[in-house]
Amino acid sequence: MPGSVDLRVGIDVGGTNTDAVVLDVNDQLLAKYKTPTTPDLTSGIASALEAVLGQIDQPVERITHVMLGTTHATNAILERRDLLKVAVVRIGAPATMSIPPLMDWPDDLRAAISAGEIIVSGGSELTGEPLTPFGRDEMARFLESIADTVQSVAITGVFSPVNAEHEFEAEAVAHMVLGRDIPVSLSHGIGALGLLERENACVLNAALVGVARKVVDGLTGALARHGVDAVAFLTQNDGTLMGLDYVLRYPVLTIGSGPANSMRGAGYLTKMSDAIVIDVGGTSSDVGVLMNGFPRESTTPVDIGGVRTNFRMPDLVSIAIGGGTVVRADGDDVTVGPDSVGYRLPREALVFGGTTPTLSDAAVLSGRMTLGQPELAEPFRAGLARALEIADELVWSATDQIKTSRAAMPLVVVGGGSVILPDSIKGIAEILRPENYDVANAIGAAIASVSGQVDKVFKLGGRTREEVIEEAVSAAKDEAISAGADPAAVEIVELEEVPMAYLTEPVIRIRAKAAGPLGSF
Amino acid sequence: MAVSAHGDPQPPDRLRLIGEEELIDLSIGCTVLAGGGGGDPRVGLMMGLHAIRQNGPVRLIELDDLNDDDLIVPGGMIGAPTVMVEKIPNGNESRLICEVLSKRLGSPIAALMPLEMGGLNGVLPVAWSATVGLPMIDGDLMGRAFPELQMCTPHLYGIPAWPGVVVDERAQSLLLEPMDNVWFEKLARNAVSTLGGCACAGIYPMTAKVARVPLIAGTVSAAVRIGAVIRGASDDPFKALDNEVELYPLVTGKVVDVERRTAGGFVRGSAVIEGIEHDRGRLVRIEFQNENLVALEDGEALATVPDIITLLDRHTARGIVTEQIRYGQRVVIAAFKSPIQWRSPEGLAVVGPRAFGYDIDYVPVEERHARVS
Repeated sequence: MPGSVDLRVGIDVGGTNTDAVVLDVNDQLLAKYKTPTTPDLTSGIASALEAVLGQIDQPVERITHVMLGTTHATNAILERRDLLKVAVVRIGAPATMSIPPLMDWPDDLRAAISAGEIIVSGGSELTGEPLTPFGRDEMARFLESIADTVQSVAITGVFSPVNAEHEFEAEAVAHMVLGRDIPVSLSHGIGALGLLERENACVLNAALVGVARKVVDGLTGALARHGVDAVAFLTQNDGTLMGLDYVLRYPVLTIGSGPANSMRGAGYLTKMSDAIVIDVGGTSSDVGVLMNGFPRESTTPVDIGGVRTNFRMPDLVSIAIGGGTVVRADGDDVTVGPDSVGYRLPREALVFGGTTPTLSDAAVLSGRMTLGQPELAEPFRAGLARALEIADELVWSATDQIKTSRAAMPLVVVGGGSVILPDSIKGIAEILRPENYDVANAIGAAIASVSGQVDKVFKLGGRTREEVIEEAVSAAKDEAISAGADPAAVEIVELEEVPMAYLTEPVIRIRAKAAGPLGSF
Repeated sequence: MAVSAHGDPQPPDRLRLIGEEELIDLSIGCTVLAGGGGGDPRVGLMMGLHAIRQNGPVRLIELDDLNDDDLIVPGGMIGAPTVMVEKIPNGNESRLICEVLSKRLGSPIAALMPLEMGGLNGVLPVAWSATVGLPMIDGDLMGRAFPELQMCTPHLYGIPAWPGVVVDERAQSLLLEPMDNVWFEKLARNAVSTLGGCACAGIYPMTAKVARVPLIAGTVSAAVRIGAVIRGASDDPFKALDNEVELYPLVTGKVVDVERRTAGGFVRGSAVIEGIEHDRGRLVRIEFQNENLVALEDGEALATVPDIITLLDRHTARGIVTEQIRYGQRVVIAAFKSPIQWRSPEGLAVVGPRAFGYDIDYVPVEERHARVS
C-alpha cells in the first residue's frame, strides 16, 4: 500500500555508539543493532541500516520511514568544524547599542563564525509598535561590503517574538543583495524573549546550515546505497520529527535530540507519559522529565559551546556517573569519577581482569548485575561499596532536583550503563527497567511524532483571552499538520499562558505545542 | 568618618578603580545585597564590561574627594528589568541625563552614584560613569534594593527627588518637576509605561554637602569585596562571606515550593524551604514583593525588612534573585544587617515590616540569631 506507514527505521548516532532499530506499524520491535560510531556519517548509517535490514529479512521496499537522531550539530560547535560564515544583523538601533553582538562569545568560535556584525535601526516595542523605522539601506550596504565572505545571514530584531515584521523585511533585503540561495535565519522562529540569548541561538543556527546539509546528504546517500525509498526525518530536541527541508532551516533544533529520544523511547517502552527518566551511558547520565509524553523544556538559559542561548532544550541534569566511571580509594577517602574508562570497560574493569576499579565492578560486587569474574574485584570491596553509596547519592540528588514537586514519581531507567543503578531511590515511587533499555534512544527516534509550536506575545485588542488562545492553538495545529502529522490525530500537548501584568495594555504570551503521529502521504 | 552600610569602619586600603574584574565581583555582590530583588544584573554587567573596554576603568570616590557644592546625580533603570533584557539601552543614556540636569541646575555634574545596591541597578551606574568619564561615589541611597523610588534615604530627610530626568534609548528626555515625591513616582511610572516598559532615570540630584546626610557610604566597595570573597573562596564561602559582612544564617534547606505572580508591576509570592543537613525537620517560608520581605517559621518571624534576606546557593554562596527560585535548589537563607538609616522610627515607617503590610515588630536580626559558626 504505497504512501502508508509500514516499517520504520530509527537510528541514533551518538558520541560513542550508533544504534538502529526497526519497528512495525504496531510499534513492535523487529530488529536492533549497536555499533561504534564511525567518523564518516554515510558509511556509519549505511552499515547500521545493512545490519537491521539483514535481521528482519524483509524486502527493502517495506521501509517507509527513516528517523535519524544525531549529535553532529553539537560536535560541530564544540570542535568549530564545518561552520558557515555568518553576517550578524541585529535590528534595534538606537536601542541595544550598549552591548555589541557576540560580545561574550569565546574568541575562536566568534572568529570561526562571524563574517561581520551590524546593528541597524528598527525593531519593536513590547506592545508591537515599531521602536524606530527599519534601516533597510543601512543593512543592504553592510551586506554588500561583506558579500565575498558571507555564507549565511542571522537576523535578530528587538521584541521580534511580539512583532516579526522587521525580521521579514530584513530577510527580503538579504535575498535581494546576496541572492535567493543565501540561507537566512530569523530569530523569532528560534528563541524566546531575551535578545542576547535569542541572537546567539540565531547566529549558531545560521552557522549550522552547512552541517545540516552534510547530515541530510549523508542520510539520503546511505538510503540510496541500500535502495531504501522512504520518507526521511531528523529528530529535534523536543522529541518530535523535522522534515529534511526544515532541518536545513532550523539545524540548531537538533541540539539535545539525543536525550530527548531516550526519554521518548523510555516512555514508549514502559507506556508511561509522566515520569522521570535517567539515561545511563558509559561516562555520564542525563536525568530528565517526561510530561504528557514529551521531555519537559528548560526555562533557564542553556550554554552551548560557551555561548548562552535560550532556544527550547530538554530540561536536564547531567551527572558524571556511568558504567565506566573510575573509582579511586585511598583508605577512607573514596572518589567517584568524573573520568571514565568508556569503551575500554571490557579490558580495564577489574571483573574483566583489568586494573581500574569502576562503578561496574562495584555493581557486580553488590549483586546488582552479573558480569565477568566478581572475585577479581574482591580486594577492593570496601572502597567499591562506598563508591556505590556516593553514586547512589548523586543519582538521588539529580532525580530530586529535576522534580517540580515533593510528590514521589516513577523513574524509568534506560541506557547501556543503567544496570549500575539501585532498585530503590528516595522520593521515587517505582523504578521501571524496560526490556530493550539499551536502544531506547533509537526507539525514541523511530516512534517520534510530528509537532508544531507557537510561542508569541498577543495583544488582546478587542478580543477575549479565549479567542486569542484559540488562535494560538490552531496555528500550532496547522504547523504540525504541514510538517506531516495526521490531521485527524493532532492534539495540543502543551499550553502555557504567561500574563505580562506590568503593562497598561493587556498582553499575554502563549506557548502552544501540537503533536500527532505521522499521517499518510 | 564615613560609615559603611553595615556599621563597620572603612578599611584603610580603599578601592579606587572599578575595572572588569571589580565589575564582575560587584555583580555577584549585588545579588547578595539585593535581598532577591532588582533583577538579574547580567545586562548591566555586559554594558559595564563593554563601556570599560572602550573608555577604561571607573574611578570610585568618597564625598570627601569632592567640594561641598559639587553636583552628584544618583541614577538607575526604572520599570521592568524583564523589558531591559530585550530592549537593551543605547549606552548614551547617562550622557543625556547629565546634559539635561546640568543645564537645568546650571552646574556641571561632578559624579554619578547608584540609587540602590542590588540587582541590575547596583551595576548599571558603572557603565554610565565609564561612558561619561565621571567618577562614581562609593555609596548609594538604599544600601540594598527596594521596590519603590521613595524608599531612598533622601526621602527620610525631606530631600526632593526632583528635578529628575527620565530618558529612553531614542534620546528622548523628560524633565520632571512635580510638587512632591509621590507625584514624582506617579509621573515617572506613566512615562515609563509610554516609553515601552523601562527607562533610565537620574533623580535626587544633590550637592556633595547635602549628600552627606542621606548617603549610605561604602556600599559599592563592600559589594565588590563580597563578590571577590565568593569568587575566591575555595572551601567554605559562607565563612569567608561572614568575615566580610556579618552573615546570620537562618536555615539550610531545599526549596520545596515556590509561588509567584505578577501584579501591579511587582513580583509577589512566596517560597518554602525545607531544612536539610543540621536543619532537618524545619520548614521556613519566605514572602517577597520583588525583594524578600520576611522569613517565617511556625508563624514566627525569623527576620524581616529592612534587614536583608537573601537565598544563597548552598555550595557557591551566590545570591538567587526572586525570578530564579526553583524547586529543588539547595540554599542557605541568610540575613544581613540593614543599613542603620533604615532602623530609625522614620526609616521603619517607610521600609519596616508594617510598611509592607505585616503586623510584626521589627527586631534587628543580630538580636535573634548567631553568626556563621
